Amino acid sequence: MSATASQAITLQSKFSLKEWIFTTDHKRVGVLYLVGSFAAFFVAGIMAMLMRTELASIGPTVTSNPTTYNMWLYFHGAAMILGYQIPALTGFFTNYYVPLMIGAKDVAFPRLNAFSVWLFWMGIVLALLTFVIPDPPDIMWTGYPPYSVITPGNTALYTFTVLLIGFSSIAGGVNFLTTIIRMRAPGITWNKLNIFIWCTMAAFVIQLIFVPILGVAVTMLSLDKYLGTHFFDATAGGTPLLYENLFWFYSHPAVYVIFLPAVGIIYEIVATFSKNRIFNYKGVVYGGIWGTVILSGIVHGHHIYVSAIPDWLVMIQTITTLLISIPVGLLVIGLVGTLYKGSIEFKTPMLYVAGFFFLFLIGGLTGIPNAMSAIYIHIHGTQWITGHFHYVMAVSVTTAIIGGTYYVWPKMTGKMYNEALGKLGFLLFFIGVNITFFFTMYIGVVYGMPRRYYDYAQFPQIEGIQKVITFGSYIILLGALVVLISWIHSLIWGEKAPNNPWGSKSLEWTHTQSPPPQGNYTEPVKVSEDWNPYGYGK
Amino acid sequence: MNRKNFFIIAGILLILILRLAASGYADGIPDLRAGWDELWREMMIDILGIGIVFLAVTIYLLVKYRRKSPNEEGSAKKLTPLAAFGWIVIPVFIFMADDIFLAAKNFTLWNQYRNVPANAMVIDVEGFMWGWDFRYPEGITTTNELRVPVGKPVKLNLTSRDVIHSFFIPDFRQKWDAVKGKQNYLWFSAKTIGEHVITCTEFCGVLHSNMYGKIIVMPENEYNKWVEDNKPKGGAI
Ligand code: HEM
Ligand SMILES: [Cu+2]
Ligand SMILES: [Cu+2]
Repeated sequence: MSATASQAITLQSKFSLKEWIFTTDHKRVGVLYLVGSFAAFFVAGIMAMLMRTELASIGPTVTSNPTTYNMWLYFHGAAMILGYQIPALTGFFTNYYVPLMIGAKDVAFPRLNAFSVWLFWMGIVLALLTFVIPDPPDIMWTGYPPYSVITPGNTALYTFTVLLIGFSSIAGGVNFLTTIIRMRAPGITWNKLNIFIWCTMAAFVIQLIFVPILGVAVTMLSLDKYLGTHFFDATAGGTPLLYENLFWFYSHPAVYVIFLPAVGIIYEIVATFSKNRIFNYKGVVYGGIWGTVILSGIVHGHHIYVSAIPDWLVMIQTITTLLISIPVGLLVIGLVGTLYKGSIEFKTPMLYVAGFFFLFLIGGLTGIPNAMSAIYIHIHGTQWITGHFHYVMAVSVTTAIIGGTYYVWPKMTGKMYNEALGKLGFLLFFIGVNITFFFTMYIGVVYGMPRRYYDYAQFPQIEGIQKVITFGSYIILLGALVVLISWIHSLIWGEKAPNNPWGSKSLEWTHTQSPPPQGNYTEPVKVSEDWNPYGYGK
Repeated sequence: MNRKNFFIIAGILLILILRLAASGYADGIPDLRAGWDELWREMMIDILGIGIVFLAVTIYLLVKYRRKSPNEEGSAKKLTPLAAFGWIVIPVFIFMADDIFLAAKNFTLWNQYRNVPANAMVIDVEGFMWGWDFRYPEGITTTNELRVPVGKPVKLNLTSRDVIHSFFIPDFRQKWDAVKGKQNYLWFSAKTIGEHVITCTEFCGVLHSNMYGKIIVMPENEYNKWVEDNKPKGGAI
């Protein structure tokens, strides 16, 4: 515990910037992650709007310089994944929830925790330098050589952004795994953990195993570019395929680092808003969550089917990739099953969950063709892929993040939000993303429109559909603005929140105030034999 | 099962088997495009089926179990060990069966994609920032314009002068990476006369989206004439 633990500082006490920057309180660290990740979401979202506007017509629309478009795309991809989703999930939600859900006063290493968030902010600042340096990176978030090695763009900026955020994640992993293993309040046994806690553990186990590999790959990239090594140079005995392998060996599991905590949040909301026990808890935890972890390391080959890997490897990877449907299917069955005999209330967070069901269903099902190597030949590198991963990752997970933020909002700020604004924001977002990403998939598979294209003079027949997609993305923007307004509205005019507005059985709602004081619980938590975070209906 | 049902089921099975056996082998050369479209259609039916079932169940539960009174709580019981086990094993089994079924179909098509018919003509392709160079067996070279005779299988040997590119013919459902220092390949056989877009699908820098060209499929005699007219006159110049 930090020295200031005894002072009960809450969000409502007088604002002091210094206290915020040097805080070691996990709740404040969480809020710093929240602010940083939404800032990244905001800037990367502006890039998305610029790109969509550019694509609304053939020929120059916003800019006549393809390099500018490529810079937007680079920033959008890198910032959305490394700056927004991973930090929002494994930074904000983990920090805010984990100690509260297990009845701990703070994390195991509060200073290391503060250091993580600093590294993350440095990564964000470094990423933002993209817009001020004369030679911004233009290598996409994947950074494939040889292009990333011969480009005049600044590949080092990419390398160091990835390394900073990677270190931040590793520190977070060590911290939270220790916290969960060592600091659970008496009585909270393994099979009474919140699903979100299990998901966090799984995500950090994946991070600890695979982040170092990404670190190695991007470091070798800069060595090749600036120090003249030839790791990825086919003409000097290296091979670019090595990079592709290392990159996806991390970046496919990274999808689960994003997916698992997101699904964990969805589980918490579903349980609370249907006041029901989790359907087949052990199947979800040991089959769904840990099954995903086990498979995560052996499927990355499906990203490189057409890069000429051996046929036998293509076969194995096709099968392992298809097998992912098993643990993911178990997770979905657990979610849908929890609705059975529940008592469902459609407050804003629950609406986002309903949205998640639909968006993730489309995203998951459209992933099945991607696993099949022969089908993949046609759709690789097309807008089909763009549409698919926006469904399965970008917008599904965003419903979890925004819905989850509405869910903790009363606890975190001590204020209620306005339901009407919350629901309006969701509706706009939901309509917008479906227009945008359905037609994005459509032009990819039907016309073969490739991704990462600044222009499409060779596909004149799709200009009309492109306009529809752009229109959809403006509706998303409108939705995002309504969400933002609802939060600001709540901070200024929101009513005072009760301690447990949702009637949840989970510790963070039942055992402490809104917002919780520093140290979280005024007296040490101890739960009884028959306590369960999902113990409804007794 | 009565006799009528038996005949109906047997009939359906027979038609399925015949269709499978007949797909894409009209002239001994597999039709990749038709094969791809066929498998795609099956996939779509498969996932649409799963999707509709899931959606229907979810919507039903969401509507049926809405909260009716403010203090109501859910009333699900803990699963018995047998039920819990069943809810893991049965879905695993169903997903696994579907996965194996799909994988098997996939490999049939994959083999057609990767096995070039023996009588294919060979054209060398080199991608560069930003365009495609073609070299024909007779020594002709062209850029961004590939002429091929109709009905004849064509094998393209792919490589790159600089960064990774990917050679994509949307109309033929065919694509493969072109990598510097490596020799990759793909093949296709155009069924009708016409023009088709070729375009790059691996990010390769500023003009990636401008890296396109076309395939012109010609009648065999016109193609032969074009070759005659354009082939380098050995030593004459
Ligand atoms: C919600 C509104 C969003 C819109 C309208 C949008 C739009 C786009 C567009 C137009 C592209 C470029 C397609 C291309 O030229 O290839 C793109 C790429 C991408 N987006 Fe989004 N996006 C949104 C949200 C997100 C989110 C939340 C994520 C989070 C993971 C995300 C991740 C990506 C990635 C990884 C790429 C690929 C970058 C690359 O090709 O290197 N997007 N998006
Ligand atoms: Cu190219
Ligand atoms: Cu390209």
